[in-house]
Amino acid sequence: MTGDEKHQPSATSTLDVLWVLYNRVLRIDPTRPDDPSRDRLYLSKGHGPVSYYAVLTAKGFIPPEWLPTIGDFESHLGYHPDRVLVPGVEISSGSLGHGLPLAVGSALGLRAQGNSSRVFVLVGDAELDEGSNHEAIVYAARAGLDRLTAIVIDNDSSTHGWPGGVGRRFDVEGWTTRTVNGRDHDEIEAALTVGRTDAPHAVIARVEPKGSTQ
Amino acid sequence: MTLTEIPTRTMREAFVATASQLVETDARVAVVLADISADAFVGVAYRHPDRVLNVGIREQLMVSAAGGLALAGLRPIVHSYAPFAVSRAYEQLKLDIGHQDVGAVVVSIGASHDSATSGRTHFAPEDVALFDTLPGWQVHVPAHADEVDGLITAAVADGRRHYVRLTENAAPRALLPSSERSRAVVVAVGPTIENVLVATDHLHVEILPVTTVRPFPVEALRRAVTRAESTDVVLVEPYYAGTSAHGVATALSDVRHRLLSLGVGRRDLRRYGTAAEHEAAHGLDAAGLRRSINDFLEATARRRLT
Repeated sequence: MTGDEKHQPSATSTLDVLWVLYNRVLRIDPTRPDDPSRDRLYLSKGHGPVSYYAVLTAKGFIPPEWLPTIGDFESHLGYHPDRVLVPGVEISSGSLGHGLPLAVGSALGLRAQGNSSRVFVLVGDAELDEGSNHEAIVYAARAGLDRLTAIVIDNDSSTHGWPGGVGRRFDVEGWTTRTVNGRDHDEIEAALTVGRTDAPHAVIARVEPKGSTQ
Repeated sequence: MTLTEIPTRTMREAFVATASQLVETDARVAVVLADISADAFVGVAYRHPDRVLNVGIREQLMVSAAGGLALAGLRPIVHSYAPFAVSRAYEQLKLDIGHQDVGAVVVSIGASHDSATSGRTHFAPEDVALFDTLPGWQVHVPAHADEVDGLITAAVADGRRHYVRLTENAAPRALLPSSERSRAVVVAVGPTIENVLVATDHLHVEILPVTTVRPFPVEALRRAVTRAESTDVVLVEPYYAGTSAHGVATALSDVRHRLLSLGVGRRDLRRYGTAAEHEAAHGLDAAGLRRSINDFLEATARRRLT
């Protein structure tokens, strides 16, 4: 599987979750992308950002005329997003296993300032192969980061798999977890807006296995 | 040379005092640890549990969390043993601090071979060379504990990216000899100043002590070379030899010059012992420096005769 081939399933696997987040869950205002009280979405799985850019355009962060330039030298939009170049993009991503640890830091930082904004981070089930995620999963639970939500897009693409399901990796450390159909908007919304507890929350969004007909 | 005092506290003690004070007085400051030195922060962590964070033995997370804290508006100070703070978490420094375009202050302890009995796994002669590959980092190598407070306070206030390299083998404060008609300029980075002063006693060289080595002190070196009688430069660094050679080349790009780069050798010695024994093995003790610098200056003299 080459890098180019990876983009198509990556882009479509995240589309429904991203739309529900931006349309129903995140407290954000495209006219104030730096508002300290905004909710944050960290797209850790920076691969295949076409659906991300599409949603940011639909919500008014990105001018539509930027979209056809994707990947060009002069474009603000690359195959992996850059927070310095794109309004509404919270982290520069692409290398796997950085978003969740960054989100842990931001959740700690917001809590230290008495800011109750939520931090969401979108990761892939194959991305969880990176050990850095597991450093973050353990610590987030011990630190009681109740405003942190990890969303795992699970399309069975991890090379060695997660016996018993991805959710167990979070559950055993003390996260609250929900596993949902990653194409069902109401299920996704319900899982992302459960009542507040004292633990971080993980939503496993199951989508079609990578390589299957969509 | 004159040694004016023996430090009464270690660099690590000075760092803990300063970082704790900053946490107490500035609500933006957070300290992120990975078990190393955590005992020393227990008191301030009890008072400020949200801003003194020990993530356990997780150096990748330590650096990434600092990036996340900075994204949320805080001023993180990251601290661990040098190889774990730098080479272990290199990609996190590159992407989660640098590429996110945020600031952080990384403070390491252990230097090239402070813990000599621990062996290669606890040595970090490569740390400054690694930071050299990352844009926007300032690198500070204090010689003695009294410099630590000012360096870290200024770095945190500045809000950009800083690496502060502490050592358990600090140099005593020393007075520089006045140098008239110097035969060469000797750049002494951080704690190398102690052995450099002994090694160059009566050699008639100008000593240029350097604490902030990135950005490289181009103007200071140019001024020193202008004062000297030759354009011979000796660069003495307490990490890999030649790490700052390109800084000298840049500073003197329009001047014919000779450069002798001294520092820790690249070879894995596979030795334990003491830090002093490692210094000697790399020719960084006073006798070794004197030998190397003498040979370098003699070579100049011979070349002039022939």
